[in-house]
Amino acid sequence: MGKTLVEKIWDAHVVKRAEGFPDILYIDTHLIHEVTSPQAFDGLRKRGLPVFRPNQTVATADHNVPTLDQHLPIKEELSRYQVDMLSKNTKEFGIELYGLGHQYQGIVHVIGPELGITLPGKTMVCGDSHTSTHGAFGAIAFGIGTSQVEQVFAAQCILQSKPKMMKIEVNGELQKGVGAKDIILYVISKITAAGGTGYFVEFAGSAIRSLSMEGRMTVCNMSIEMGARGGLIAPDETTFEYIKGREFAPKGDKWDEALAYWKTLYSDDDAEFDAVLTYDAADIQPMITYGTNPGMGIGVSQTIPATADQPESEKPSYQKALDYMGFADGESILNKPVDYVFIGSCTNSRIEDLREVAAFVAGKQKAEGVEVWIVPGSKQVEAQAIKEGIDKIFETAGFQLREPGCSACLGMNEDKIPAGKYCVSTSNRNFEGRQGPNARTMLVSPLTAAAAAITGKVVDVREFI
Amino acid sequence: MKKFEKLSSSVVPLPIENIDTDQIIPARFLKSTTRDGFGNNLFRDWRFDSDNQPKADFVMNDPKYKGQILVAGKNFGCGSSREHAAWALEDYGFTVVISSFFADIFKGNALNNGVLPITVPDEFLEKIFAVVFEDPNTEIAVDLEAQIVTIVATGDTFEFEINPYKKSCMINGYDDIDFILSHKAEIEKFEQTRPYSFYR
Repeated sequence: MGKTLVEKIWDAHVVKRAEGFPDILYIDTHLIHEVTSPQAFDGLRKRGLPVFRPNQTVATADHNVPTLDQHLPIKEELSRYQVDMLSKNTKEFGIELYGLGHQYQGIVHVIGPELGITLPGKTMVCGDSHTSTHGAFGAIAFGIGTSQVEQVFAAQCILQSKPKMMKIEVNGELQKGVGAKDIILYVISKITAAGGTGYFVEFAGSAIRSLSMEGRMTVCNMSIEMGARGGLIAPDETTFEYIKGREFAPKGDKWDEALAYWKTLYSDDDAEFDAVLTYDAADIQPMITYGTNPGMGIGVSQTIPATADQPESEKPSYQKALDYMGFADGESILNKPVDYVFIGSCTNSRIEDLREVAAFVAGKQKAEGVEVWIVPGSKQVEAQAIKEGIDKIFETAGFQLREPGCSACLGMNEDKIPAGKYCVSTSNRNFEGRQGPNARTMLVSPLTAAAAAITGKVVDVREFI
Repeated sequence: MKKFEKLSSSVVPLPIENIDTDQIIPARFLKSTTRDGFGNNLFRDWRFDSDNQPKADFVMNDPKYKGQILVAGKNFGCGSSREHAAWALEDYGFTVVISSFFADIFKGNALNNGVLPITVPDEFLEKIFAVVFEDPNTEIAVDLEAQIVTIVATGDTFEFEINPYKKSCMINGYDDIDFILSHKAEIEKFEQTRPYSFYR
């Protein structure tokens, strides 16, 4: 019997497998940031251990950094201390840091791919659940807790049981105005926020294949929002084209060796999956969430599902979510007023996202009363946007182009949405309080966010293009 | 990690589904660089209002409900991988969380911090909620060695699953690093046999 793509990569990284134990899995690349690493460094100190393979670890500051005036000392004391601690720890343990002010600084899941650190066939981990993003390159990549960060520091391995395999195929052509973000919000709305738990998901099918690397990253990024440990896509010419020439990508003979190996990375025809789901791309509308988990999504032209239609045990949680959002059963989500628009996060802050938004808003103005924050995923994205004149388009439109970081996706820094306000957001989570205490989040694609910024309400972007 | 064998305790019932780790510990409280003190902010925005006053209608503010066991609706711990969620539960005093379904990363984080996640069938979970709401003093007994959870008042039991390795870690208070480090020689040998020179 053939192997799935996940099995091929997984099996190539098993140091030891024993009955009754999780596998000892070798980790090629470890990404770290300021929030989930300090306690792991402390653990090493307590045990008197060094970082075992410091050159396989890369650090950046992203979760808790300001997005204005990054050249100045961080104002908030606890945040400054946490970011300083990362500098101190990485220096002490010999780890490369792309900290504030560095030309490579940015959201950890944006910089890995753009620097050519993320490569097909690798195992990658990070103390962040959206590590699944890197799966877009045909890597096994997943989020871990801080205890596991310490394990990887100590031995470049983690203990992990082999996951079940799921294949999600999306076939056919997407409608105009519908993109990668809509695909993944649609899939999650179908299988629920828990439907992928215990699985590693391989995304396949012609609609997935036709996506750019940025689009594929958006899809894999949100695998965790259906509970899946990770998501990945078999590498192909689009992947190789993206990687070639990047800073840390293999060069010369090593490129040829790499390419030959990468071309073997696909699920065999006779590989068996524990679950297979198939969707038709043509059924997907621009999507939007109306509730407090990413599974609560609908096409923009649909109405909010009724509490009465939910399974009995889920009714109280469902009603709680609608109450939080200030929405009612059966309401249309179109024309709902919008207070804030956030375009950013590891889901949608890449140069392609900014280009798409800029192309839509060029020559237009934001609606009165709407606050629009554009937070690029990295210093490189920011520099590219300025080079292309995208910054001018945003300025004319009345949007604020800020400096790189996770920002209002999780509201750890000052970028919080005020209580009760509605934020149309390109990020990945609409949990209660995620963007600030009592903030109300609606997750959408960059294009739908751009349309909301211009009109000041939820609209069907298909009517504008 | 502290050892865990048996426990009998009253419980805190939280019959809400999809409780994500942002609810368990909101991001703005993740600025600490140590593992201590997160219990104060456990379920912060459900426990306290914007003036930091306890919300009377939240179960953890109801003196009727207390104990070392939290019982919650399905898909507990979804979302962010923050281990701070497990630290907050442990710091507040919870040793066991019972649900009909746990998110993967949370489950691993809990086990790595001496907090036992027990998955029970939907009907068993409903029964616990019914019994506890009837009598808040009712106790749930957990026997890790036997892998049995018992609703003491009714005698209902369920044999739960746990990875045998993680079970022995919990019972003996070992952590994964001790185990991995004991394989250091094999890891170094594995590195020598890695066939691809282009991965750094």
